[in-house]
Amino acid sequence: MTYSIKQAFKQFFRNGAMSAASVFSITAMMLILGLFFLLVVNVSNIAEGVKQDFDTIQIYLLDSVAPDAAQGMMRGLEGMPEVKSARFLSREEAMEDFKARFGDKAYLLDLHQENPLPNSIIVKVGKIEDADMVAARARSLQGVDGIDYYKETVDRLIRLTDFVQIGALAVIGFLVVVSIVVVSNTIRLTVLAREGEISIMKYVGATNWFIRGPFLVEGMLIGLVSALVSACVVAFIYSKVTELFGMDLLVMLSTGLVSQGFMISNLSVIFAALGISIGACGSIISMRRFLDT
Amino acid sequence: MIEYRNVTKTYGSNVGLADVSVSIDKGGFAFLVGPSGAGKSTFIKLLLREVRPDSGTILLGGMDVTRLSNREIPSLRRGIGIVFQDFRLLPRKTVYENVAFAMEMIHMRSRYIRRQVPQALSLVGISSKAKMYPEELSAGEQQRVAIARAIVNSPSLLIADEPTGNLDPDTAWEIMRLLEQINARGTTVVMVTHAKDIVDRMGRRVIAIKDGRVTRDVRNGVYGAEDE
Repeated sequence: MTYSIKQAFKQFFRNGAMSAASVFSITAMMLILGLFFLLVVNVSNIAEGVKQDFDTIQIYLLDSVAPDAAQGMMRGLEGMPEVKSARFLSREEAMEDFKARFGDKAYLLDLHQENPLPNSIIVKVGKIEDADMVAARARSLQGVDGIDYYKETVDRLIRLTDFVQIGALAVIGFLVVVSIVVVSNTIRLTVLAREGEISIMKYVGATNWFIRGPFLVEGMLIGLVSALVSACVVAFIYSKVTELFGMDLLVMLSTGLVSQGFMISNLSVIFAALGISIGACGSIISMRRFLDT
Repeated sequence: MIEYRNVTKTYGSNVGLADVSVSIDKGGFAFLVGPSGAGKSTFIKLLLREVRPDSGTILLGGMDVTRLSNREIPSLRRGIGIVFQDFRLLPRKTVYENVAFAMEMIHMRSRYIRRQVPQALSLVGISSKAKMYPEELSAGEQQRVAIARAIVNSPSLLIADEPTGNLDPDTAWEIMRLLEQINARGTTVVMVTHAKDIVDRMGRRVIAIKDGRVTRDVRNGVYGAEDE
């Protein structure tokens, strides 16, 4: 064990240029991977937040429905297990909201003699997936004029996040394969440089795992160093991004970027695990030919 | 110690060994002679399980070499010391380190290594050069180091593959005396060679191989004209 680690460090520095080249390529691929990761997590997070905003169904009532009847309808809807809450929104309140949204241009609305807005019931569903069912039920009620909810927007959003995730996975998979090839080439150089040593090891009866040890550790070391470098670079980039756009996003979408601490700690673990696995796979591949006894 | 029973090994259409049956007793000393490509290397490779025979069995100290799994090969080789014509020392390690390497590779305790290595070096008569690097040594000295490395783990069998091939006659004889000495301590020695005068003067068992077959197997033998 100590032998493997000592040898690995020695080889890592002895092959300085090649090690650096491998670290460089793996770092490059991890950076791309890291940026995709940041993108995917944030897109999912924002999508999740936006979905929360779209969990409401607005049910417009005919003017002929009396307030008592409206209250009854509301309670009926509230009784459904899928419904989180229901609220009656009178036409006057709706007008106030509407005016508030127009801000200092609200006087434009005063041009209307009569309030054109209907009474409505606002229902919040527990899960966005249940929106269809609740809407169908509401539509069947007497006195309902129309229904408004953001099913399609949400569907489109889900499709978009799926697409981003699958795309990112494909790119990452490809990059991982490339990295393994890069590492295995570097390790092969070490193996070739030590062919004599390996053949003697075999003749004196060293086990295959013992022979593989130092090369395995060397590969993992390359992966780990790459992970470290990438984690630092991505952390730096992400802190800059949050600094620049974090507030804007919060204002625009009411969902901020995922916190730096959470992102970086997770990403570091992913990088380290990935780097070590890539290094290990690379060296085992490059050793195969030399150990087929 | 070593027993080949009807061993055949072919490489495609080339014959390595054809139905060879030979046995060498424990503590024995045997020369393996024959022209190049006759099957001597195949004989050795089969013993080390670098290759498997097509048919037949090879017993080494009661263990069937042909049936070992790949995982058992290391333990097989720990019982065999090997010396090559080209020494195969590690150039960046000192004499001491080269010998110690063979012990480190099989996880020997460092205290034990520190005791065994000087003993092996003194046995081959090279103690005074322990701190030198192989390139600073003469060919004969390098071969002594290689022998020290081969015997440091106390193998019961020593295989010498043309150990005198790169040496001048006087040095070659020194190496032969060393091998005799190791043999006298109870180690079985199998030596592949082309050196006619050595075989003739040693008066040991000679196994001659030609075209994959044992053509001659005599005690106190000499190098035959057909072995060239």
